[in-house]
Amino acid sequence: MDALVAQLQMQFRDYTISLYQQGFLDDQFTELKKLQDDASPDFVAEVLSLFFEDCVKLIGNMARALDQKGTVDFNQVGASVHQLKGSSSSVGAKRVKGLCVSFKEFCEAKNYEGCVRCLQQVDIEYKTLQTKLQDMFNLEKQIIEAGGRVPQVDIN
Amino acid sequence: MNGGSCSSSMEVDYDHHHHHGHEELHVLAVDDNLIDRKLVEKLLKISSCKVTTAENAIRALEYLGLGDQNQHMDSLTNNVMKVNLIITDYCMPGMTGFELLKKVKESSNLKEVPVVIMSSENIPTRINKCLASGAQMFMQKPLKLADVEKLKSHLMNCRS
Repeated sequence: MDALVAQLQMQFRDYTISLYQQGFLDDQFTELKKLQDDASPDFVAEVLSLFFEDCVKLIGNMARALDQKGTVDFNQVGASVHQLKGSSSSVGAKRVKGLCVSFKEFCEAKNYEGCVRCLQQVDIEYKTLQTKLQDMFNLEKQIIEAGGRVPQVDIN
Repeated sequence: MNGGSCSSSMEVDYDHHHHHGHEELHVLAVDDNLIDRKLVEKLLKISSCKVTTAENAIRALEYLGLGDQNQHMDSLTNNVMKVNLIITDYCMPGMTGFELLKKVKESSNLKEVPVVIMSSENIPTRINKCLASGAQMFMQKPLKLADVEKLKSHLMNCRS
């Protein structure tokens, strides 16, 4: 049992570190983990779940607004991008946030092609993050099921 | 800490749920973003505050008893648990956090309630405008636990 736990913990540690190193997550995700405790042991997963629901909704809004060929309301697109930028920043979704920054600039410049490109990228990016985090949460679950504790991972 | 389920990422033991009594701050948190609302609520609860959230400034004003001026809100005001602090996002559709700040400061009932403005954007003119209109503090988003702790100790010092 102990050898399995140790191996899983190592996998978890390496995987978590890689997510930070590859820029998927930043400091704010670490901050989020500080808010998780015995009273709310699934807090991080819950917040991330809300975030991904938000992504679907907001990206849908952006897609619809951009679909109005010739009469695109860039303010409307921008409003959804602003929301997504805020959410992604708050949960530590670094790459998604970065894309939102560029996306916002394209909205302000009323650059249709730029916006469409960003929309595609942001869609891919949130889905990628979702998969990565699912893998991370699965590792946590496996550690617990094997009778171990999820280690605190020191990013620095 | 028990040997069970969650990651032991807490360095300090927070008094989450056992802090009763008159020292507990009641905070009204206003933000149109659901995730930010959930986060600020959690941050404040961990810091032993009672939290009420509002998704926009109009709802916040209604809660504070400053709703439609044509309605007689006096009886409702008595039912509302006294708010010790308002923390609001700046950028909100409809009424902004800045406009909310001004309404609160214009009210004879509520002008003493400290108002903290949060924003993801660090714009000096915006910050100065808020402080000049009576904001207690301006906080940069995304909020961290350390920010809220600093805020709370600042406020507790002001009260005593």
